[in-house]
Amino acid sequence: MSTLALPSRDNYLDNGFSLWSWLSSIDHKRIAILYAISITLFFFIGGAAATLMRLELITPTGDLVSAETYNKLFTMHGVIMVWFFLIPSIPSTFGNFLVPLMIGARDLAFPRLNLASWYLYVAGGLFTVGALIAGGVDTGWTFYTPFSTMFSNTHVIADAAGVFVVGFSSILTGLNFIVTIHKMRAPGMTWFRLPLFVWSMYATAIIFVLATPVLAMTLFLLAIERFAGVGVFDPALGGDPLLFQHLFWFYSHPAVYVMILPAMGVASEIITCFARRNVFAYRSMAFAVLAIAIIGFLVWGHHMFVSGQSIYAGMVFSILTFLVAIPSAIKVFNWTATLYKGSIRFDAPMLYLLGFVALFTIGGMTGLILASLALDVHLHDTYFVIAHFHYIMVGGAVMAFLGAVHFWWPKITGRLYSDRWARFAAIVVFVGFNLTFFPQFILGYLGMPRRYHEYPAQFQVLNVLSSAGASVLAIGYLLPLFYLYWSLRYGPRAGPNPWGAKGLEWQTSSPPPVDNFATIPIVTEAPYQYAPVESGHG
Amino acid sequence: MLDGAGDAMWSFPLHPPADSSLATRVDILFYAWLGIAGVVTLVIFVLIVYFCVKYRHGSSADRRMESGPQLRRDSHRIEIAWIATPLLIFVVMFAWAADLYYVHAAPPANATEVYIVGKQWMWKLEHPGGQREIDELHVPAGRPVKLVMTSQDVIHSFFMPVFRIKQDVLPGRYTMLWFTATKPGDYHVFCSQYCGTDHARMIGHVVVMAPAAYARWLSSGNASQSMAQEGAARFRQYGCSGCHGENASVHAPRLEGIFGGRVQLSDGSSVVVDERYIHDSVMLPRKQVVAGYQPIMPSFQGQIAEDDLLDIIEYIKSLRDASPGEIR
Repeated sequence: MSTLALPSRDNYLDNGFSLWSWLSSIDHKRIAILYAISITLFFFIGGAAATLMRLELITPTGDLVSAETYNKLFTMHGVIMVWFFLIPSIPSTFGNFLVPLMIGARDLAFPRLNLASWYLYVAGGLFTVGALIAGGVDTGWTFYTPFSTMFSNTHVIADAAGVFVVGFSSILTGLNFIVTIHKMRAPGMTWFRLPLFVWSMYATAIIFVLATPVLAMTLFLLAIERFAGVGVFDPALGGDPLLFQHLFWFYSHPAVYVMILPAMGVASEIITCFARRNVFAYRSMAFAVLAIAIIGFLVWGHHMFVSGQSIYAGMVFSILTFLVAIPSAIKVFNWTATLYKGSIRFDAPMLYLLGFVALFTIGGMTGLILASLALDVHLHDTYFVIAHFHYIMVGGAVMAFLGAVHFWWPKITGRLYSDRWARFAAIVVFVGFNLTFFPQFILGYLGMPRRYHEYPAQFQVLNVLSSAGASVLAIGYLLPLFYLYWSLRYGPRAGPNPWGAKGLEWQTSSPPPVDNFATIPIVTEAPYQYAPVESGHG
Repeated sequence: MLDGAGDAMWSFPLHPPADSSLATRVDILFYAWLGIAGVVTLVIFVLIVYFCVKYRHGSSADRRMESGPQLRRDSHRIEIAWIATPLLIFVVMFAWAADLYYVHAAPPANATEVYIVGKQWMWKLEHPGGQREIDELHVPAGRPVKLVMTSQDVIHSFFMPVFRIKQDVLPGRYTMLWFTATKPGDYHVFCSQYCGTDHARMIGHVVVMAPAAYARWLSSGNASQSMAQEGAARFRQYGCSGCHGENASVHAPRLEGIFGGRVQLSDGSSVVVDERYIHDSVMLPRKQVVAGYQPIMPSFQGQIAEDDLLDIIEYIKSLRDASPGEIR
């Protein structure tokens, strides 16, 4: 770094105001903002699709939209939410913004590659939106063969191309994080002084780099079978449809951990700050994220217990799935123990976070039920599964994402927001979420299959409850748009460290200068060294 | 008592009807899991709320802690406890669920067979006696029933919530599902693997009948001839007998008495002659060629419907004990 010009003391937001100054910026903080705007856009497109689905499901007959439209809606909801919101959500925004700040670096290792991955994201997004505008896709986000290759009459290849391209964005981001965390830590920032958020980004980056290429190959094979009739998956051409499922879930199950590991990292940062306590058992928290990332590669077959996979394979995948739940359980217990003898404040980020822990716990417990072979035979492909993964991905990942937005907003924008409105929104989201998804557990055990545009009348009451909850949830998600916009315009200045948090990102000004730190900090202690509070009034 | 259909929407149950011994056992496992998960979740939630109240900012709670080696020892004990406890629970629950899954994997030998072909967006069923049904499955109570299933097009899944079982139905492959219903009733069958436009309308019924009523249903059915007789006709219609029959001029393997045994293949391996093998031999004849024969058989891919092929398989099965020369 010594060869660079003197660090600029301007904050990164004031470093050029033209559109081009943003679109050509190689500052990790600006690229994080580019990502934040794009994923928010996609979140509301995916959310609009979900809203239409919930409206359709108020009545048992398919009266609001046709079956074709409904099928396209859930495909669009899944593809957009998984690849264009959840997977990039925390890593590409907060990871991008915070990893260099947290380890005391001036940028990521490859700033131009970082900008390139945003452009790849946009290119993938354009393919996907293009496929939508051209008429949509009806395969479901899972693209199961031979339906997707030989039977669907929609724009499968365009949509798969979008996912293929956005995958490279993940790979490049992962590569960038791994190199940065290895090579660019500030003096004294040893591995076991890294904030747990950085550990979670490291584990996520490993999954990005190792799993995403498999998705790319799988989609490529899908495309050549569909386009050129080369028999890979369709048995009529001599292929094997289960091969697709193995390849797809070999990527897509680790991808679930890409969604939840960053959320866990956020949780550790916020809980320690608002409990004013060092995290309980730092080392096992760090090892737990690595264990989840590694064992997570070995559980894909639990998506295939009723697919015709061998029953012995099913047993192996079942026990491995139980094993991967242990590090997750450790994390929940350790967060709980972190609260013990703390001095707990309940600002908005903490409320989101407590909601995250509660919903993630329920999601995890129901995951164990699904990992149990004989129970999965009944519950597979029912609304029980839908409810379970929404508890993890929406209750877990989105709650943590919102917690992160509220926690680091003052750092990113230099402004404070209305804590009262933010706490109100957190409660609305929590209530709306449970009202939406809890009834789906019951629907699932009753036997209602997923991806149904019509359903028997006996399921109506629970579906109406779920749709009512969805409307509350939608309000909860729209509220932050208003008070955060207000904060940008009128919010009071935040100062460098409004929460009194530890961590290097809070030691620089808000918003941070272009080069992050006036002088590179020297790290002398482990993270989360909050001063002990002996008794009250501290 | 069709579950739900026609009922007012307010008569919805919170627990699905159960009509097999397996269903009851699955329910017991489910509620046991729910109990354990519920207790653990409750403990976590109560602790979180308790800590949040007691140690809220500004409260006068005592926050002095042990320090040094004592703290470290305590922490390690706690960590070991909360790794060991879930592990123990997981091993027990895995074993319980895996045992139930394993025990139910193999059907009893005396099970009544029913053949099912899934196609966008209907179920075609055929009983060995030749009775055909669409989207309805009539079965006797108290007797094991085995479903042999395949798909004409994409992947479907045959899901009977009342028995707590489902199995994906794949093209180019036979999958199996079995159950023993306990009492007469009429229940839903859902397609649970997304299969295209009218996936949500691929709904059928399973009608469980008392054995006497079932016997009456069988005899009053639409069957003119059994599946094997039907298959014999198809065997001639598609020209199979031209090569595999007694007077064939072509050198083709004889099919009498082969079902259930093993045959030697030209690559030196051997294979059990089952439904899958016959299916592949018809659709993909060059995949597994019997030793001593030329790969001259044409593929019937796209020419023969899956339900006709099932009849032919049933016909070859019926020749299990026949001697060469029976096919003419």
